[in-house]
Amino acid sequence: MTESKPHLDEMFVSEGAPRAPYELYHDWFSGEDIKHLRRKSAEAEAFFRRIGITFNVYGQEDADERLIPFDIVPRVISAREWARLERGIEQRVRAINAFLHDIYHRQEILRAGRVPKELIAGNEAFLPEMIGVSPPGGVYTHIVGVDLVRTGPDEFFVLEDNARTPSGVSYMLENRETMLQMFPELFTNMKVRPVSDYPRALRRSLAASAPPCVTGKPEVAVLTPGIHNSAYFEHAFLADQMGAELVESTDLRITDGRVSMRTTQGYKPVDVLYRRVDDAYLDPLTFNPESLLGVPGIMDVYRAGNITIANAPGTGIADDKALYSYMPDIVEFYTGERAILQNVPTWRCSEPDALKYVLDNLADLVVKEVHGSGGYGMLVGPAASKRELATFEKKLRARPANYIAQPTLALSTVPILTQKGLAPRHVDLRPFVLVSPNEINITPGGLTRVALKKGSLVVNSSQGGGTKDTWVLGE
Amino acid sequence: MRLRISHKTTYNYDTPVHYALQQLRLRPRTGHGQTVHDWTTEISGATRQLSFEDQYTNQTDLLLADDGTTHIEVHCEGIVETTDTAGVIGRHKGFAPLWLFENETARTKPGPELRRLARDVANADDTLAQMHALSATIYEQVTYDIGKTDSTTPAETALAAGHGVCQDHAHIMIAAARLLGHPARYISGYLLMEGLVEQDASHAWCEVWTDSLGWVGFDVSNRICPDDRYVRVATGRDYGDAAPILGIRQGMGQEDLHVALQVQQ
Repeated sequence: MTESKPHLDEMFVSEGAPRAPYELYHDWFSGEDIKHLRRKSAEAEAFFRRIGITFNVYGQEDADERLIPFDIVPRVISAREWARLERGIEQRVRAINAFLHDIYHRQEILRAGRVPKELIAGNEAFLPEMIGVSPPGGVYTHIVGVDLVRTGPDEFFVLEDNARTPSGVSYMLENRETMLQMFPELFTNMKVRPVSDYPRALRRSLAASAPPCVTGKPEVAVLTPGIHNSAYFEHAFLADQMGAELVESTDLRITDGRVSMRTTQGYKPVDVLYRRVDDAYLDPLTFNPESLLGVPGIMDVYRAGNITIANAPGTGIADDKALYSYMPDIVEFYTGERAILQNVPTWRCSEPDALKYVLDNLADLVVKEVHGSGGYGMLVGPAASKRELATFEKKLRARPANYIAQPTLALSTVPILTQKGLAPRHVDLRPFVLVSPNEINITPGGLTRVALKKGSLVVNSSQGGGTKDTWVLGE
Repeated sequence: MRLRISHKTTYNYDTPVHYALQQLRLRPRTGHGQTVHDWTTEISGATRQLSFEDQYTNQTDLLLADDGTTHIEVHCEGIVETTDTAGVIGRHKGFAPLWLFENETARTKPGPELRRLARDVANADDTLAQMHALSATIYEQVTYDIGKTDSTTPAETALAAGHGVCQDHAHIMIAAARLLGHPARYISGYLLMEGLVEQDASHAWCEVWTDSLGWVGFDVSNRICPDDRYVRVATGRDYGDAAPILGIRQGMGQEDLHVALQVQQ
């Protein structure tokens, strides 16, 4: 879609005049030859192909294996901008964990009427098997990806929270690695905060969340559905970087009340399992009995307190799109503070007044399925044909509770390198957050997704999006 | 009443078992008008891995079959002191919210027959009267008949067929009660049967939430609200949550199940 609303260009105030965080980069860029940079860009692509990052960032399901384009112009965020984002993200993630504990225990927030009971009661993301479970250290979401969009110098909105299995962190790491190799001189001139500590921080954070029964050095393992999963590369990559075992369901079994993995020295208990298998497939004894990807009995071991599952099962209730519009209330309820990060204004189509507004203004709105992901099943009103609008209206009327609607925001742009030089493209940002009983650690940066098509607002890799390295500057 | 219970479940396999798990919900707990004395669980051919309380506060054990076994036996034995509360269990305990017991499950998913049943008893003075009417109607329409249904039979199917066992009666009542807006739950447990010490299966009934009395038990199969002849063992949204034994087994081969149950005074 194309849109003509005025929007923030993160790099330039006006043509040739960079914003402060981009000054040094701009100086450097002005001295470079575009053709040379284009060649560098092609090298970067070859590098990604060689190491084999060809998975779909956001789809958990089978997706076409393909390369996600990388753009060599970094996105730069100042220390001041980041500090505020960090505070907002930390507050939100604390609230999400408090909410999850509450929703699987006393449900005070429902009793207080701050979130309607129906939203939880009728929600498939609520996992009865988690009722009464207090995970080790009280941590439910060990890894969170908070998707942000920017509309002004100080205006960031949370687009969605990813509290189940946020993926894409390997992109953040590889993008940086590539930039360091291609443009080492830039990193000596600019104080870019490193992201390479992420795997160590992940390991530290997971180990700190080990169950109390663990006395020695906690054993961390990564559970993957296997080589056919679209994110297998990331699973293998993270296990390797963390120095953890990469396991599949067939490597695991119950021994002595623990989940143990097969090693060359026999079975060895796993203390913390970073699982990249969805809840429904995690335990065929408890959930889908047909699942071959899970570990029978793991939920029993979990309930007995003998393993940490990261993220905890049932965290999907916190990032459910139906709940999204309640996040400001949720933050306030559990932290006693106003939410630092704003939500995108959201109409809940389950509410008759909201539905009426959405139907009347369909051509101006973005309508999303409550349970959808990856940009599928959504309507971008301004880009839709009359026929598409009519078809969607029927779907909306048939199952209003299945949809939420949001205004089309004037997303900020960051330039990408094209044949003709720099050209602005819309971006979003997914910072990665690690939660342990001791601390909340936010890697400075994250994954910037960019809509490569001119004017497009859809940054999803499945729909023609690319990625950029994200630079957070030091003080 | 002082009830002595002995419940032996035996599995025989025609080929050695190399990896199998069994989840037991076979330990009654003290409370709700019953006091458990000297409860023991003896296991052979398998080893207890864990004991924990599940989301419905059922006492649960996880067993791992001994490698190469062809025989697993679980023998529960104990004495339970019961009092007659006329079926009234009372207030809701545990973290599982009441609304969870209003949600349909695969076994209690309503179809036209269940809707008709619910409509037939919809006009009642209060919840209790309505539930008594519902229980009586189910008893009339669904003949107690062993072997026509199994543990996965949906309530709608059993109702349409017009026969089933206590488990089907419970599922039908639960499904209809939920249609009428009342939280309802499944109970598995034991029943002292007059003149019948040896039983070949444990019993099942249901409980319905009433605003006035809290949880109240209904045993459709025996047309009664549970009294001091009943011992509650496990509960949940349906049989799947409260099953006495739930297993998963790797490999092929036949499994032969035998239950020896004695409930006596």
